[in-house]
Amino acid sequence: MNREDFDILSTGIIYLDNAATTQKPRSVVSEIVDYYTKYTANAHRGDYDISLKVDEKYDGVREKVRDFINAETSKEIIFTKGSTESFNMIIFGFMANYLKKEDRVLLTKGEHASNILPWLTLSKKIGFTIDYIDLEDDYSVSIEKVKEKIYENTKVISIAHISNSIGDLRPVKEIGEICKRNNILFVLDATQSIGHLKVDVLDLNVDFLGFSAHKMLGPTGVGVLYGKLNLLEELVPIEYGGGMNISFNSDGEYELKSLPNRLEAGTRNIAGVIGLGAAIDYLESVGLDRIHEYEMNLKRYLVERLSTVPNIKIYNKSLDTGVLLFNINNYFSQDVAIYLNKFNICIRAGNHCAKMLQEAICDTNTCRISLYFYNTKEEIDILVNALMNQDKILDTVV
Amino acid sequence: MDVNLKREAILDNYQNPANRGLPKDSAYKEVNSRNESCVDNITVAAKVVDGKLDDIKFDGEACAICTSATSVMTKELKGKSLEEAELIVENFNRMIDELPYDEDLLGELNIYNEVYKQPSRKKCALLPMESIKKIIDDEE
Repeated sequence: MNREDFDILSTGIIYLDNAATTQKPRSVVSEIVDYYTKYTANAHRGDYDISLKVDEKYDGVREKVRDFINAETSKEIIFTKGSTESFNMIIFGFMANYLKKEDRVLLTKGEHASNILPWLTLSKKIGFTIDYIDLEDDYSVSIEKVKEKIYENTKVISIAHISNSIGDLRPVKEIGEICKRNNILFVLDATQSIGHLKVDVLDLNVDFLGFSAHKMLGPTGVGVLYGKLNLLEELVPIEYGGGMNISFNSDGEYELKSLPNRLEAGTRNIAGVIGLGAAIDYLESVGLDRIHEYEMNLKRYLVERLSTVPNIKIYNKSLDTGVLLFNINNYFSQDVAIYLNKFNICIRAGNHCAKMLQEAICDTNTCRISLYFYNTKEEIDILVNALMNQDKILDTVV
Repeated sequence: MDVNLKREAILDNYQNPANRGLPKDSAYKEVNSRNESCVDNITVAAKVVDGKLDDIKFDGEACAICTSATSVMTKELKGKSLEEAELIVENFNRMIDELPYDEDLLGELNIYNEVYKQPSRKKCALLPMESIKKIIDDEE
């Protein structure tokens, strides 16, 4: 649905790699162009009209994000470069001062690198233990398995709402309740869910949250860090510079601004933030409920049709999300992806930035299809027809 | 060489690679190479005797280009002196990078002379050369 809003889709491309990044509707692109052609100025600096307009737009998006994720105050919304920066700020700016050697942090082996590598790095420094929730046979996370790995000293659970590798939807509401009861901080990676499902930080009892704009129709290079106000107050900046200080002098004294500006050093990605605002407007105009329903119908069709392909192994047939992993027996995932490119079909091959998952899932490399609301049944038919001609897959080697 | 013959040779080396399987023998030196931009992951093992590549084996998980190129490389370099092998590696790398090279040195490796048309696959073809080059450099 709504394909006419995306110029790129009229070129005939079949874009099935939405977990990597999404396409951008015309309204997002034109908001960004407007900033660069009609009112380019810095934020929080000027006394002239176009700079004031930038302030209004920039802080207006903060309020939009607050409303979109149901945060209590817009002071809890920090603009970052993306999820990776959000998670590095949470882990190196807050957890570095919060966790002790005897503490434990609970993750899964299916997390994205940005929600594992900072923890591994900090753990080497502080010495806390990292536990991993055991995955079910279908690689999903169950509440029972979460409970099995909660110990007296478990201080943090940090997982994705929807995993980028398997595409499973985690029982985050129940995990949030367990965290609340056990005084555990709940860090949620909403990168794969934010453009597909309603994410309500109060309802889910989330303490920290991160996501990127480019996976929800917005531009690259911009994202959000959310933290409960009392926790965010304790987050020590990892970047210092302009825009975040009140004063400094040669005695070495300095005073920093209050939230949210204290955590936004330097000139921010203003065009990106404005584009994020347009993406939220667009998503709200289509409706996340409608998007989810459409995607699940399409996923059902994808599973049905792909199941007719000979020699295929489908790893996740569940209908919780629009992500599906598969392999064609005896063909390397990358060869399949390169073959599909001949039909203008974009899918992802590899291990999807979740390298620890190789320990849980026996096949290390897979093909990943990730749907969005602008994909169609006709596109899936073209994909399935291409996969029927398996003796042609390796024709692309020369 | 006809494109269909090249394709056939590549597929044959992919589906039935020569010298696959790593020996559990300390006389072999092993080097693992990974393609940073994708997922190719291969290990090459070579035994050097009297300045010659007496035997070469490999194993790993990689695409058709990378797996087959490793297979062909093991066949072409086996029995060559380190100097000869180094020259072949250098000329193969030049061919992939579209620089002047001596095709007479390359034997069956010439089947990759059109890989340059798919820039994203150059690294796949070059990966086994990275491993063998490290083994040769270590010996020298």
